[in-house]
Amino acid sequence: MSEKESKTPLVDELEKGPWPSFVKEIKSIDNPKAKDLLGVLERSYEDKVGHWKHGGLVGVMGYGGGVIGRYNDLPDEFPEVAAFHTMRVNHPAGWFYTSDVLRKLCDVWEEHGSGLTNMHGSTGDIIFLGCSTEELEPTFEKLTELGFDLGGSGSCLRTPSCCNGMARCEWACYDTMGLTYDLTMEYQDELHRPPFPYKFKFKMAGCANDCVASIARADMSIIGTWKDEIQIDADAVKEYAASGDLDILEDVVSRCPTKCMSWDGQELLIDDADCVKCMHCINAMPKALAPGKDRGATILVGSKAPIIGGALLSSVMVPFLKMEPPYEDLKELVDALWELWGEHGKNRERIGEFIQRIGLGNFLDQIGLDPTPEMISQPRANPYIFYELDDEDEYEDDEDY
Amino acid sequence: MSTNIKKRVTDIGPPHYEQFLPPIIKENYGKWKYHYFMRPGVMVHVGESGDQLYTVRAASPRLCSINTIRLFADLADEFCGGYLRFTSRNNVEFLLSEESNVEPLIERLAKEGFPVGGFGNSISNPVHTQGWIHCHSAASDASGVVKAMMDDLFEYFAEPKLPAKLRLAFACCLNMCGAVHCSDIAILGVHRRIPEINSETIRVQCEIPTTVASCPTGAIRPTNVDGKQSVEVIEEQCMFCANCYTVCPSMTLNDPEMDGLSIWVGGKVSNARTEPKFSKLAIPFIPNNPPRWPEVVDAVRNIVEVYAANAKKFERLGEWIELIGWPKFFKLTGIEFTKYHIDDFSHAGETFKRSLHFRQ
Repeated sequence: MSEKESKTPLVDELEKGPWPSFVKEIKSIDNPKAKDLLGVLERSYEDKVGHWKHGGLVGVMGYGGGVIGRYNDLPDEFPEVAAFHTMRVNHPAGWFYTSDVLRKLCDVWEEHGSGLTNMHGSTGDIIFLGCSTEELEPTFEKLTELGFDLGGSGSCLRTPSCCNGMARCEWACYDTMGLTYDLTMEYQDELHRPPFPYKFKFKMAGCANDCVASIARADMSIIGTWKDEIQIDADAVKEYAASGDLDILEDVVSRCPTKCMSWDGQELLIDDADCVKCMHCINAMPKALAPGKDRGATILVGSKAPIIGGALLSSVMVPFLKMEPPYEDLKELVDALWELWGEHGKNRERIGEFIQRIGLGNFLDQIGLDPTPEMISQPRANPYIFYELDDEDEYEDDEDY
Repeated sequence: MSTNIKKRVTDIGPPHYEQFLPPIIKENYGKWKYHYFMRPGVMVHVGESGDQLYTVRAASPRLCSINTIRLFADLADEFCGGYLRFTSRNNVEFLLSEESNVEPLIERLAKEGFPVGGFGNSISNPVHTQGWIHCHSAASDASGVVKAMMDDLFEYFAEPKLPAKLRLAFACCLNMCGAVHCSDIAILGVHRRIPEINSETIRVQCEIPTTVASCPTGAIRPTNVDGKQSVEVIEEQCMFCANCYTVCPSMTLNDPEMDGLSIWVGGKVSNARTEPKFSKLAIPFIPNNPPRWPEVVDAVRNIVEVYAANAKKFERLGEWIELIGWPKFFKLTGIEFTKYHIDDFSHAGETFKRSLHFRQ
């Protein structure tokens, strides 16, 4: 027999086909860790269960986050991946790299780990997949020499992430990458040493298209918007009309959620007072329309995936805020949220769940924000109201007494 | 005595992004005017200055070896001065200033096995989790299902021929490490049996009160097994969320026959036209069938094809379903509607139909 029979026939099947193959990636690494990883995966494909265990406090000195401990339940058969931890490396905002820095990161990971990564993890970090316990500290040292640091995990602030904003998008209503870097540096301690009842995520999106899924995935969603008029290039509108690719009445005007547009075949009119800045018309005609000039962001709070109390989308906390360095108003709000939730949140209770438990009205009272109708989809329909005596009532009571 | 002990560096944060931006981006930062799609997989941004930036987007397998990252680095050196980025959906993007380099780069990428696409009304790279590659709570593999699915749906990545963009996501358990709950089509790993309690290890590995408190339905109670502290699970109250397993490794849910996948449809995160929405249940359970999960792939293709054939331009899957109504969605796709489709958790009542606005 000239060729040895493959030890991983099931996963080998996934080397075929037009989509890039993660199996080819694992096989391309010529080290025992990658071979054992493939072996474990083949076993999972055979018996249809995973073979990883969590638990065990591992990390780098002085940090309470950034490393996810991971052990295999078949250590005798696959000793090379018996301890196979994840290192989360805080990515540069916007996920921009030079070839030079990528090669240096690869060199570190070739020397100290499995040579396998995720580009990137769901929260945004560079994931170094598979580090032994004893290599954690040396890897960390090399990373800091390169100017990189670990990201968040557990009940830490998680690595903030953002869309590519002003770097490559004409719709960015504020500098998402600038704010991401600023917040990441401001809150290094919270990122590395878990201070909260549970995780806290920031995601910065430059417009309501929300290319980083901020409204679904961030405890604080900072989403760009504007207050004034959509900028219209009338000649470019006519170009779109003449191109035949776009039916302005059908595809743009009739799809406007507030019906604030009209088109008579010559002129596109927008009643901006009624516009909700949804981005549809701008998406459809990027050359002709652009967000207004008075730009900032809407701050929303509380989104999360199902665990524990069910999935939530973020809800409006500040309808409009100018987003300019040093972002003092925003940080003041962040500090107020963290203080209240940090003090009264239950173990593993995300801030969105906390707000639901204590009530948005009470939450606003505590952090010192006035309620506004932009914060709700509709006022309450239920008449069971917890009326409170206001200060004046109490004062009068005192006088009577 | 001299020592070699170096000062340990911490809390330096990530490198500043500016040092990784190509000159054309530095010069046009915040001054882009508009963009257009030159061909599938290529987007052109035009600056107020008149500068043109050509972005070539290729799929990556998310799980990238250092060899592949080095290949991307080499290609970036050869075609665009060494500048590249990754997207929130695991695509790699090359940032070119020279239009003449676009086609040669695409050819090289194709030769190396990294196809371009994913812009506009297409299926972009699916967001996904670790699965059996690395996760303790995975009810399925992630990379394998995504690979099988995208091999099949490849045409929709390569060509923007859908009514609107279609975002796929995969999470291997209810923790949902990835925004699968607001995706056009989400595939979600599910467990379906109650946790198996290891009464030998639970005392060492877990705090009993924390474990009891972790259950959203109050199904876990403290108990004694052979005179030692443990917990018990009230079977009828367990909804297999695995929250207890997250805080207590001695309560495993993995099971070869009971684990599998569910399919959810109609979510979106964008505010364009309609408000962001959650994905809703389409198919409650499909057993794991590695290495290619053909039943899952067929089910997803069916939903994509019915949507592509019936929705109008700009209608996301969820927007189209809201227009035609859920009864018609189940009829057109041939998906069976069951008791499991009716919510019975916290906000269930909000999902009951309380009007006559449906088609007879």
